[in-house]
Amino acid sequence: MLLNLTFLIPLFPLVGSIINGFFGLKLGEKKVGLIASAAVLLSFLTTILVFIGFLMLPEGEHAFKQTLFTWMVAGDFHVNFAFQIDNLSLVMMSFVTGVGFLIHVYSTGYMHGEYSFYRFFAYLNLFMFAMLLLVMGSNFLIMFIGWEGVGCCSYFLIGYYFEKKSACDAGTKAFVVNRVGDFAFLLAVMYIFSIFGTIEYSEVFHAAPEKLIFGGEVVTIITLLLFVGATGKSAQIPLYTWLPDAMEGPTPVSALIHAATMVTAGVFMVVRCNPLFNLAPDTMLVVAFVGAGTALFAATIGMTQFDIKRVLAYSTVSQIGYMFLACGVGAYTAAIFHMVTHAFFKACLFLGSGSVIHGLEGEQDMRKMGNIKGDQPITYMTFLISTLAIAGIPPLSGFFSKDEVLYHALTDGNIILWGMGISAALLTAFYMFRLVFMTFHGESRVDPSVHVHESPKVMTMPLVILAGLATVGGLLGIPLFHGWHLLHNWLEPVIHFDLASALHHSEHLLHEAGRHAPVWTHLLVEKEHNVWLEIFLMLFSSVVAITGIALAYIFYVKRPDLPDKLTEGQWGYDIVKNKYLVDELYDDTIVKPTVEGSKLLWKQCDARGIDGVVNGVARIIGWFSDRGKAFQSGFVRNYALFIVVGFIALLLIAI
Amino acid sequence: MFLTFLTFLPIVGAIVVALLPKQQEGAIKQTALAFAAADFLLSLELWRSFDVTTHKMQFEFSTSWISSWGVNYHVGIDGISLLLYVMTTFLTMISIIASWGVTKHIREYMMAMLALSTGMLGVFISLDMFLFYVFWEFQLVPMYIIIGVWGGPRRIYAAVKFFLYTAVGSLLMLVAIIWIYFIVKEQTGVATTDLLYITEHLNVPLDIQKWLWMAFFLAFAIKVPMFPFHTWLPDAHVEAPTAGSVILAGVLLKMGTYGFFRFNLPLFPHASNEFVPFVAWLSVIGIVYGALVSLVQEDLKKLVAYSSVSHLGFVMLGTFAFNHYGMQGALLQNINHGVSTGALFLLVGMIYDRRHTRLISEFGGLSKQMPKYAICFMIVALSSIGLPGMNGFVGEFLILLGFFQVDGMITAIATSGVIFAACYILWMFQRVMFHELKNPKNMNLKDINARELITVVPLIVLIFWIGLYPKPFMKTFDASVSHLITKVDPDNFRPSKHKKHEHAALIGEAELAKLQKELQGK
Repeated sequence: MLLNLTFLIPLFPLVGSIINGFFGLKLGEKKVGLIASAAVLLSFLTTILVFIGFLMLPEGEHAFKQTLFTWMVAGDFHVNFAFQIDNLSLVMMSFVTGVGFLIHVYSTGYMHGEYSFYRFFAYLNLFMFAMLLLVMGSNFLIMFIGWEGVGCCSYFLIGYYFEKKSACDAGTKAFVVNRVGDFAFLLAVMYIFSIFGTIEYSEVFHAAPEKLIFGGEVVTIITLLLFVGATGKSAQIPLYTWLPDAMEGPTPVSALIHAATMVTAGVFMVVRCNPLFNLAPDTMLVVAFVGAGTALFAATIGMTQFDIKRVLAYSTVSQIGYMFLACGVGAYTAAIFHMVTHAFFKACLFLGSGSVIHGLEGEQDMRKMGNIKGDQPITYMTFLISTLAIAGIPPLSGFFSKDEVLYHALTDGNIILWGMGISAALLTAFYMFRLVFMTFHGESRVDPSVHVHESPKVMTMPLVILAGLATVGGLLGIPLFHGWHLLHNWLEPVIHFDLASALHHSEHLLHEAGRHAPVWTHLLVEKEHNVWLEIFLMLFSSVVAITGIALAYIFYVKRPDLPDKLTEGQWGYDIVKNKYLVDELYDDTIVKPTVEGSKLLWKQCDARGIDGVVNGVARIIGWFSDRGKAFQSGFVRNYALFIVVGFIALLLIAI
Repeated sequence: MFLTFLTFLPIVGAIVVALLPKQQEGAIKQTALAFAAADFLLSLELWRSFDVTTHKMQFEFSTSWISSWGVNYHVGIDGISLLLYVMTTFLTMISIIASWGVTKHIREYMMAMLALSTGMLGVFISLDMFLFYVFWEFQLVPMYIIIGVWGGPRRIYAAVKFFLYTAVGSLLMLVAIIWIYFIVKEQTGVATTDLLYITEHLNVPLDIQKWLWMAFFLAFAIKVPMFPFHTWLPDAHVEAPTAGSVILAGVLLKMGTYGFFRFNLPLFPHASNEFVPFVAWLSVIGIVYGALVSLVQEDLKKLVAYSSVSHLGFVMLGTFAFNHYGMQGALLQNINHGVSTGALFLLVGMIYDRRHTRLISEFGGLSKQMPKYAICFMIVALSSIGLPGMNGFVGEFLILLGFFQVDGMITAIATSGVIFAACYILWMFQRVMFHELKNPKNMNLKDINARELITVVPLIVLIFWIGLYPKPFMKTFDASVSHLITKVDPDNFRPSKHKKHEHAALIGEAELAKLQKELQGK
């Protein structure tokens, strides 16, 4: 059976990583690149085979589970090392391995001649392994191996240039900030176990409506903890600060890990846990607002940055915000849809920026670029297509996915959420075209000594393929007609939710506990799919996108002197440009007090306090011993005196 | 008898080494290693033939020793002590290989190491209180000598501090042992110090249980060490030679946690339950405090020493969860800490041997000069911060899961230790291994050599083995832990049993089952 090949999918990159890690130095650049890319290609091909196997499953079966061995056992706590293949994991596996393969190929060109080339590919393969565990695991702890594993590889790769202090700092920061999220995730897993007695997805999600009360405290806490975990990995407010710094890593890493795959893991996790989130409307509201807020917040910062990769980083934070907005209003399909299209166009954008940086011999500052579209025609075209996609111009992929998010934000959420989303869309169109115009158009500000050149084929081919995918990716979810929405139909078994029955269970649970159930009937009102509203929203957001582009055109092509004039001396602009000083705020309120406080603990509490007591006791005993020493003077007459004194004392006591 | 043979084999080795001429350094080292290796390999046989299905003592041997007091030489091993025993023989062997470079009084050094091994092994197998006490005090002496003779510049201060701290605790333990001896004699008419007999027959009111519990607690808490009894540890570690630190962290501290399993819990189950909040808070403070103080250390060994305070806090927390997850996690974490921290001390020792300093500020950029060393160090560092897939995670997670069933809030605070661990380890790693290689003294450092690899690689294998397939280790604990839980189960001491899952759902288990049946009926 084809499905039995499942375990090979993560195994290939693991083997690739081990081979390259141990023997990479002897193998030489060519073979290392070949092995690493081939490993991921094999994973991709196996994924297709497994996909076919999954399609051949008999009617009514929606998941396949492969158990390899028992990982942990203690009492009734039992964790299997097992994979779960279902509609959701297959989507994730396909695009992770597919996009991953393209980025591996690109990297063989980009990293050419790099010091310790093999190390890079060993890490990159290891990352693929961890990412696949994350999406394929059949329980929360296997997901957690992947979850921390990708974080760890991200740490290695951000700090790839370990001689650069800024790169090391960024790596450590990424790890630590992620750990804050992981801390919450771990607590959520413990909580889930203490309620369900298992951490296997299928069992937990099946039992969820029967054991948890809709909107109850327990499920709200669990889902909030899970969501905090997601904000760490997926760089949302308040834990987003590590992602822009993560751009210290080589550009293909930014494309693979910090745009297409790892950072969307939080969204995947929320969608995976949708049976829990569906029961917690309060959490959903938080998710939606954090998502929309992050989308808008990061977009404003994106407008003010000059480092080409940082603009893209904030753009990533912002786009993931959209995905969470979708999750928060219960539009899980839209979240996954946007995740997939985002993987295409954002990977293309990052790789394109890598190609630009490569062509400009390492320059990342957009103020030192300009008018290179003639020198890098393929890069330019692919970059432009992807930018149009992210800006939301029909009929490119980003248009469909973003519109679906916004439509649901309005109909299933509220107008404030939609307003935040559409504002972010305006800003997105603006800052992305600002980037395009500053980089490829206008007057050249390139250092004359630099000879701008197009990148080699091995780098441009992945760009072309990704741009193609960014163009047609929208076909996955054609709007307006429900039957045509491929992704929605496909994901239906995973995100199917019977609210009425869940409410019914909750009512029973509450009655059993002697409490009254609130009135929930308004939740059950079926909402009509409003085609005209959807068409109107599409037109509206297209106009918004074009407005954004037009503004960027005016500011950065027509009147390039305007931005400086308008922003000069504006304190508001300076704050945004300095990223709202959030990093400084965290530094001053968390990092420094912790370090200073720890020093105090060490020097005062440990050295002076506890050791002071210990040494003090020793000194007191020493002092008494010193006094006692006087009695042992060695003079017989003294001893005779003590005997007499003692004798008299005894007599006195006796009387 | 096999157990006795294994336990005393090292000290026989020490005597053999003593008979060798002082000048034959090679022969001395080889003989010591041969004895240690033989002991380790034979102890594996112990593990192989160990029956995991029973909580009863195995390889038991008993004979009268001081008959007028009822003192027996009674030894045996169960699931709680088995792996600690094997780890002791293993780390002794590793430590002797790691001590190849010792030049000062090599013969006496090896004798001390081997004698120390016998002392530690004796602690883990003694089933007689008096015998236990003898071994407990005996192992102090060689360790005291190792720190005091082969240690760093402040070795005398550290050695005396180590000795006195432990001795104060153990004196109270001795008082408690004598007290118990008379209680049992009065209650049953049998004058004995046999631990198994006492465990079964001791029956004291709660207030006296509490006093006795406190006495044992102090002895073991100092050894663990729990906050605030930990200040001997950083000094001892910093001054001890590398192998001394490995043994200290790997085995000596475990004698404390082992003591709780062997004495406090089974002898005074009710008092133990009463003291859960007390121990839990001290453990949690230790976890956070140790991690924070680690963060700002300038000396590598001190950093690792304080991290031990933090890690051992986890072990104590799990021990006092009184359920399978927590207690098995704690027992596994004992082993994990020995492996990971042992490896960390070995690695720190390697750069100390090369540079004769351990100040973090003296290093930087070593990765470039020592790539193989960097890989080993990275793996060990990650295992120490509990990356899933490596050993530390399995133990920590089970411990936290276990205590979560007792108290969610305390567990949440303890879990924050996971964040701090990442901070202190990664920050240290960055300052030592990354950045530019600037210090000219580090320009010619040699990468890890074959002998050093032999000491570290087995530990790295264990890191992944326990991390990915802990079952062979975990299943040795199962029966003994189950048995212990029947004694200390909080439900034994509660008027009603409804408390257990009060936060789980808003309704009880039974009601839920009834409800589900009804629903299915419909």
